Amino acid sequence: MSTVITHHPDSTTLLSYAAATIAEPLAAVVAAHLSMCPRCRAEVADLELLGAAIMLSAPDCSSGAALKVPARPADVAKLADGRVAHSNDRLPAPISAAYALSLDSIPWKRLGPGVWHHRLALRQEGDGDLRLLRIAPGRKMPDHGHGGAELTLVIEGAYRDVTGQYRRGDIQDVDEGIEHQPIVDTDGECICMIASEQPARFKSLVGRLTQPWTRM
Amino acid sequence: MLHPTSATRPVGWMTRRPFRGTMSDLLSRIATDRSEDAFRSLFKEFGPRVRNFMMQQGADAGLAEELAQETLITVWRKASLYSAEKGSATTWIYTIARNLRTDHIRRQRAWQELTDEHAQKIPSDDVPADEVMDARQRQVRVQTVLKQLPPDQVEVVKLAFMDGLPHSEIATRLSLPLGTVKSRIRLAYQKLRTALEDLQ
Repeated sequence: MSTVITHHPDSTTLLSYAAATIAEPLAAVVAAHLSMCPRCRAEVADLELLGAAIMLSAPDCSSGAALKVPARPADVAKLADGRVAHSNDRLPAPISAAYALSLDSIPWKRLGPGVWHHRLALRQEGDGDLRLLRIAPGRKMPDHGHGGAELTLVIEGAYRDVTGQYRRGDIQDVDEGIEHQPIVDTDGECICMIASEQPARFKSLVGRLTQPWTRM
Repeated sequence: MLHPTSATRPVGWMTRRPFRGTMSDLLSRIATDRSEDAFRSLFKEFGPRVRNFMMQQGADAGLAEELAQETLITVWRKASLYSAEKGSATTWIYTIARNLRTDHIRRQRAWQELTDEHAQKIPSDDVPADEVMDARQRQVRVQTVLKQLPPDQVEVVKLAFMDGLPHSEIATRLSLPLGTVKSRIRLAYQKLRTALEDLQ
């Protein structure tokens, strides 16, 4: 069954990804989505074309100091074709490559009844928060409603909230101040990746997670 | 003996916008002949622009020069992977420069793939054939859109791409609400989409 992706990142998110001004954890989630979504890949390519046009047309502010032409660079005998063809793992390729993980090898830590997580390290701690979350069928996802941007990508299973159903490959691009209460579908657990540009907020979310949360 | 390349160089070689027609030629001479002459030409053309980009993004003169060199050296090394159908050559240089800047100036992992890696990783059958065609025409359209955008939209887009500012910092810089910055970006993006619509 082929997955149809119906929820995509906002165009402002794609632009900040193409300009690389997006926080590292959010960039990771967008990269994972792009590996599953040809449409967004094409859109990012167009935004990169825009970035190239801007870079190349900008007036030179470096006051014309001569730039030294490097000596002939060494040839690389054979460029490492180390890029392994796509593994069949369900974990998006950029994530499995960066963290040497597969969906079966994630060292889940239990957060509460029916909820597990695994935190993914960032190159600069303090740049936000990136983690995988695994939630049992029918469970409520943690409350959202944050300051700052947050992205959720569904990797397995599905959840719903007032804005619709989110399935594998779908991304929820949550803007500041949006309240939503996602509930995992009853026919299977849901694995997703959540990135937040504000570490403190996510901590409080994890705090809430560990509390009893059967209240609706 | 006359040096063939210097003899055939078009007039205005070193002026601001000659790369459009020559870029792919230079790349293919680098890829197939390992031509040092082509590399020097490419470097003279793009090196200063990339250095300028790095300085705009916060690098000092020394680091900017280093990163400009590294960008073009990467082009030399990977030229054989590049093929004109995959995308615009200038986009390729931009993405290499952008990722080096993320790595060295922002000290973050660059999650953005290079355009050639996109192309390699994606099985060609999941991208409609038309989409990869005519990169040149796409590039010209994008340059035209950029010229036609209203100044307030150009401003935010340039602050993102050239100055490397996140949306929130653009808002601070311009004393605008974040929502206004985002809607200007959305409007600019919409114009880009419209201009490229019939090429998809």
